Amino acid sequence: MTETVLPTRAEKRKFKMDMRALAPFIALIILIIAGALINPDFLTASNLLNVVTRSAFIAIIAVGATFVIASGGLDLSVGSMAALTAGVMILTMNSQGSADMGTLALGMLAAIALSAACGLANGLIVTFGRIEPFIVTLGTMGIFRSLIIWLAAGGTITIRNLELRELYRPVYFGTVLGIPVPIIAFLAVASIGALILYRTSFGRHVVALGSNEDVARYSGVPIWRVRTLTYIIQGICVGIAVLVYVPRLGSATPTTGLLWELQAITAVVIGGTALKGGIGRVWGTVVGAVILELVANIMVLSNFVSEFLVGAVQGAIIIIAMLVQRSVHRGR
Amino acid sequence: MDSVLRAENISKSFGPIEVLSGISLDLKPGEVHAVIGENGAGKSTLMRILSGHIAPTKGSLHLNGQPITFSGPVDAEAHGIVLVHQEILLAPDLTVAQNLFLGREIKRYGFVDDKAMREQTRDILRELGTSIDPDREVSRLSIADRQLVQIARALLVPHKVVAFDEPTAVLTPIEAESLFEIIRKLRAQGVAVLYISHRLNEVKAVADRVTVLRDGRHIATRDIEGLEPLEMARLMVGRDMSKLYPEKPETASDQTVLAVRDMAVPGFVENVSFTLRRGEILGFGGLIGAGRTELFEALVGLRAGTGTITLDGKQVHFRDAREAMAAGIVYLSEDRKGKGLLLQQNLRINLSLAALDKFTRGSFIDVAAEETALDGAIKDFDIRTRSRDLLAGQLSGGNQQKLLLAKMMLVEPRIVIIDEPTRGVDIGTKEQIYSFIASLAAEGRAVVVISSEMQELIGLCHRVVVMRNGRVAGEVAQDGLSEDAIVYLATGVHEERAAEIAAGHA
Repeated sequence: MTETVLPTRAEKRKFKMDMRALAPFIALIILIIAGALINPDFLTASNLLNVVTRSAFIAIIAVGATFVIASGGLDLSVGSMAALTAGVMILTMNSQGSADMGTLALGMLAAIALSAACGLANGLIVTFGRIEPFIVTLGTMGIFRSLIIWLAAGGTITIRNLELRELYRPVYFGTVLGIPVPIIAFLAVASIGALILYRTSFGRHVVALGSNEDVARYSGVPIWRVRTLTYIIQGICVGIAVLVYVPRLGSATPTTGLLWELQAITAVVIGGTALKGGIGRVWGTVVGAVILELVANIMVLSNFVSEFLVGAVQGAIIIIAMLVQRSVHRGR
Repeated sequence: MDSVLRAENISKSFGPIEVLSGISLDLKPGEVHAVIGENGAGKSTLMRILSGHIAPTKGSLHLNGQPITFSGPVDAEAHGIVLVHQEILLAPDLTVAQNLFLGREIKRYGFVDDKAMREQTRDILRELGTSIDPDREVSRLSIADRQLVQIARALLVPHKVVAFDEPTAVLTPIEAESLFEIIRKLRAQGVAVLYISHRLNEVKAVADRVTVLRDGRHIATRDIEGLEPLEMARLMVGRDMSKLYPEKPETASDQTVLAVRDMAVPGFVENVSFTLRRGEILGFGGLIGAGRTELFEALVGLRAGTGTITLDGKQVHFRDAREAMAAGIVYLSEDRKGKGLLLQQNLRINLSLAALDKFTRGSFIDVAAEETALDGAIKDFDIRTRSRDLLAGQLSGGNQQKLLLAKMMLVEPRIVIIDEPTRGVDIGTKEQIYSFIASLAAEGRAVVVISSEMQELIGLCHRVVVMRNGRVAGEVAQDGLSEDAIVYLATGVHEERAAEIAAGHA
């Protein structure tokens, strides 16, 4: 029973634990090798940078989803929330009319404030209403989605001022030291997310809450505050993703952000975060988001499967990821 | 007479820990064979092996003289061996009849035949001497009736061996007596009954033979003739009980730390008042379901309740456990696995969870300080772990309890409330936990011990408050502490009968 008696057992277990954390990274390497074999254009710097840039929205949203899911919750409303936030941001900027930094800043502020408020609403309904997060966010998903359809009157909300659009463009298309801005944004969000989840008591409380709510409550963890905060963090992450997304097309439509919730949750699950809560892996999530975009990229570059089936493949990936998670769990 | 079911040299290990070693036992038709032993002696493990729930690591089972291995409980049932579980395992929203036939519904033309099932349910319940309505939902039955339904369900299959696992734990003495009638009826039908209990008086009343287990080993098998409860207790414990408990610290003062007036918890507790003094160990006794856990959960803000709580002369009200902890009161749940520890997390995360504020520098957790605290806890509380990277769920029950104690002591409480401190804990660890509780009082803290084990209350506490049906039935001072006194208050049964029951807990 002392430490010296069974050293091999402990090492074995540790190795298995590492396998679980490493799995998404191994999958990433395998995908890159597969992509290189399928199409020589795949392994070029421009293609890879393009893939990572395109994965930025989902990665940023999925970092927020990591908090929600690690605490035992779920947020299905992120895609609709992104569309609504994008629409309101553009409407706010259009109402100003001038093409200066002030307008841009106001629009950004409106986006972050709205998405944080949406997250707060989700969080408060889940905690104070004591309703399953699945149901709450299914409901708000519908609400946010129809609000953007209503605001856009079924059409498209576009940044009207072309100068403003030019001013905003670099946030998606620009680079700093050769690295596209969206990649910098997503690395920054992931770094801050990892710092909060792994190093602060709030992060510890998130994991405790996801592990066992009763234990957290009996241990004096302020569970309502922690849970509500995870949804607010999710909202803010959606807001940041929108900031990077809007300059890409300069518009929001009723189909903006469609199925983003599927992609975000898939990225989180691929990354090794337990869907039932208690384990959160921010960097795994980031890799998961890149993997999703890589799969789509390989589908486009190869001719095996129609690229219109990307959603189907992503749906299959989340199911396979869950099966893998379960078998790894059982093996322990 | 030949045995129906015989176990030969059964051993069972979970990982490196052997919980049963070399147990042999035989069951004859038409006998009631009791298996007794303390918590953790291996009674339930043995029962689960005999009923096919788990497979033995070593040894063999023989049915009617033929060696046999069960692939699972269903297989064992098919061979006529049924187990009546200690916990109620029924679907609360289904009716009695639906529960009885769950998974083995009677069908007619491919559809369930409710009429036939209802009839059979009524017959079998009548046979058990009860008139429970087959159409009543289980959630609306009393605990005792639910147990009857569970027994009826077990007896529905053709049975040669019926095993009861601590069936009277939730029953009143009168309900227990009607259960014994059922057991005697089974015996008269030539069924072999395996009866597991640590209530020795019941064993004396109902059993023909007794097998004693201690620390996973077979100690003795005796006929009930001439075997008195006192002797059973000696065999069970195997040592001088008086050494188990430390000297009571002489620190109980007159200084009231906590006064509770007219505490009520809807549905559980009514009108409870008591005081707690500095340096004192105050016991809370009573039967399971008397409302003790609910009372203290309400006190520390874990459930809704009303009443006046005065802490150091100031009136307080806690909305959650966090506020209670800030005021210096901690509550250690009886449900260690469900409410005490994060079983899927490692020791370090568990240890610091309640006192995380003490481990943060700036905004960030100081992991090095956590590791130092874990070193200290492992040493101070003698937590035995093969590696400090283990998950809390991989520790034994006793070590989990020590970890929970260490975790809550980091809050530096002045008042410690411990619910069932030694449930599922082996006897060596019990001794350590008792001496730790005594040292808490010696340091001038006030301790509340909630326990269903009379001996524990008597051996450990300065005073014992006894609850019955959500109310305080009375208080026993140190001089008057005896099982008779506690059981009398806990059950309300007149003294002669109380003494009889008390003997059962010796």
